Amino acid sequence: MGTMPDGARPVPVVEQILSANDEIALGNRRLLDQLGVVAINLMASPGAGKTSLILRTVDALKGRLRVGVIEGDLAGHIDADRVAATGTPVIQINTGGGCHLDAMQVQGALQQLPLDQIDLLFIENVGNLVCPAGFALGERLNVMIAHVPEGHDKPIKYPGMYTVVDALVLNKLDLMPYLDFDLGAFRMAVRALNGTAPIFEVSCKSGDGLEEWVEWLVARHKEQCTRHYGG
Amino acid sequence: MHELPVTQSILDIALRHAEKAGARRILTIHLTIGELTGFVDDSIQFYFDFLSKDTPAAGAKLTISRIPPRAQCRSCKAEYAPPDSRLWTCPECEALGGDVIAGREFFVSSIEVE
Repeated sequence: MGTMPDGARPVPVVEQILSANDEIALGNRRLLDQLGVVAINLMASPGAGKTSLILRTVDALKGRLRVGVIEGDLAGHIDADRVAATGTPVIQINTGGGCHLDAMQVQGALQQLPLDQIDLLFIENVGNLVCPAGFALGERLNVMIAHVPEGHDKPIKYPGMYTVVDALVLNKLDLMPYLDFDLGAFRMAVRALNGTAPIFEVSCKSGDGLEEWVEWLVARHKEQCTRHYGG
Repeated sequence: MHELPVTQSILDIALRHAEKAGARRILTIHLTIGELTGFVDDSIQFYFDFLSKDTPAAGAKLTISRIPPRAQCRSCKAEYAPPDSRLWTCPECEALGGDVIAGREFFVSSIEVE
């Protein structure tokens, strides 16, 4: 630090820039753990089918796990209305121009949800393949949805998110006959970035392939509760 | 688009540490940011100048060390710089993929004060 002006002195800091967000996220997670609620941060680009996957999953889990939803969008309540129509508890967050949800917004939403009646909480993040992966919300699982129309090269162009997720859902498989999507190349690109996340190939339109995804969720919910419930 | 709230966090952290150190003024703030964070630094000094007006950090300069991504091969454990537009493949054993060991840094490393 030889270039410092006279009288200047260095002060070591080494503090995470997002430490304030991380702290609130930790509080959210503790609250959810105590109540046996497993939260899933669901991330994808706009139009990948986040709400469609949630609706399919709510339906498939009926009688097994009770689902709650937090919807994040720049504006409006179209998604929340779709979820509410199924009788599922849902809170809409509008971020204004914000490109991701943060822990403070989720904290506010948690206070409005009947958490004692929820086992699995989907937090549908703002449609974006970059920023949402950087902000902890209080989730136990990170899941991303890719979709066939966006092309098989996205893992190479947007590597960050693929490296942090616990599972990946590839949606709109019913469109494969109409598009030049190379499934083998996609699987390989995902595997290069993430050695463990299962890849579920589904169509929320037809319902194909959703069983495995639902069974994975049930198993993860059980596992997380055994590990953290009451904690 | 989240540079503004992030810059506010940087300012808050710097001000808190400066006060603890009994400083009158912050001259420089050193940041360490990994390239996998997707954080664009073009506008950060601009936001900072705006937010830090009327604080002991007014006029402070931000410096950023950017950390390129590093991966570790899952087979032979060799560490390598993953290629930019191709599949991540180990240059030593040619195994597919790797675990990220650097490139996600996002912290205030130090400040200079007087």
